[in-house]
Amino acid sequence: MLPDDFRAGVRAALPSLLGLVPFGLVAGIAAVNAGLSPFQAIGLSAVVFAGAAQLAAIDLLARDASLAVVVVTAVVINLRMAMYSASIAPYFESFRRRWAVGCSYLLTDVSYALSIAEFTDESGTDRRWYYLGVAGAIWAVWQLTTVAGVLLGAGIPESWGVGFAVPLVFLTLLVGDVSDRPRLVAALVGGSVAVVGATWPLNLGLLGGALAGVVAGVVVDWRGSDA
Amino acid sequence: MTTTYGPLAIWAVVLVVGVATFAIRYSFVYLFGRIEGVPPRVEEALRFVPAAVLAALVAPAVVDPGPTVAATVLDDRLLAGAVAAVVAWYTENMFATIAVGLLALWAVGAVL
Repeated sequence: MLPDDFRAGVRAALPSLLGLVPFGLVAGIAAVNAGLSPFQAIGLSAVVFAGAAQLAAIDLLARDASLAVVVVTAVVINLRMAMYSASIAPYFESFRRRWAVGCSYLLTDVSYALSIAEFTDESGTDRRWYYLGVAGAIWAVWQLTTVAGVLLGAGIPESWGVGFAVPLVFLTLLVGDVSDRPRLVAALVGGSVAVVGATWPLNLGLLGGALAGVVAGVVVDWRGSDA
Repeated sequence: MTTTYGPLAIWAVVLVVGVATFAIRYSFVYLFGRIEGVPPRVEEALRFVPAAVLAALVAPAVVDPGPTVAATVLDDRLLAGAVAAVVAWYTENMFATIAVGLLALWAVGAVL
């Protein structure tokens, strides 16, 4: 029998899994199309487990970019996870070392966003089981859909726009999080910088937007409490 | 296009990116286990990480700056995103937001 909080985590992850399916399929298909063997494509998903970085690495490998550029680009795209790591670290503090290691490996945009929302709620949820439910479900669906993409070699027509489900997941979480003025400013600044920086290399627009948003939130919060 | 890199180079990329990504994910989880708790100033800043990062993930996927204001606003993803934001605000339901957002994307795409 699985604990209730594990199942609550899986349930919470369900809507985002809908958006993950086409993403995972695309990651599998793109890897094989770029000339990776099925085993390499599946290995990439299992070892790296980060969609945007995987797709960037695949794209650069297909274009025969230097291996240093491939690695640096993928790593920079994943740098945002340092912020998730810092943000979620206090809640992992009570975990045993091997659980903290496993939970860290499972850390993604969605598992972070869903879990931090539940953790800060202080509802008495067993955090480890809840996190494992969310992150485990995401991991399983990502691996399965990547394998499916590798095997199928053909995807959902792009004209369906199902990939748009991913930003819609983030949008729902964003609306739920913007509960006060400093957070609203953090979101507005973060989003604006990310739009301006959308064409910057190495996905620096995302990182820059996130950092600018945090700084803006802190400044507004500090001014508000000062007045 | 297909890569000309051999299996060894590809596996090297997989392993190096994988190890580096894990190191990033584990970095502060490891660090905060060593030091006693999170410094208050750091914790204060971390409160704004979700809003800032989520907005930075959403905005470029929805806003595509065009040559004119009209071209920027009359974009299927921005209009669908705006409808989805309203649904998200009033229902706080992810399924509803995704369903309405995708339907809006298809509807606006059919009209524009």
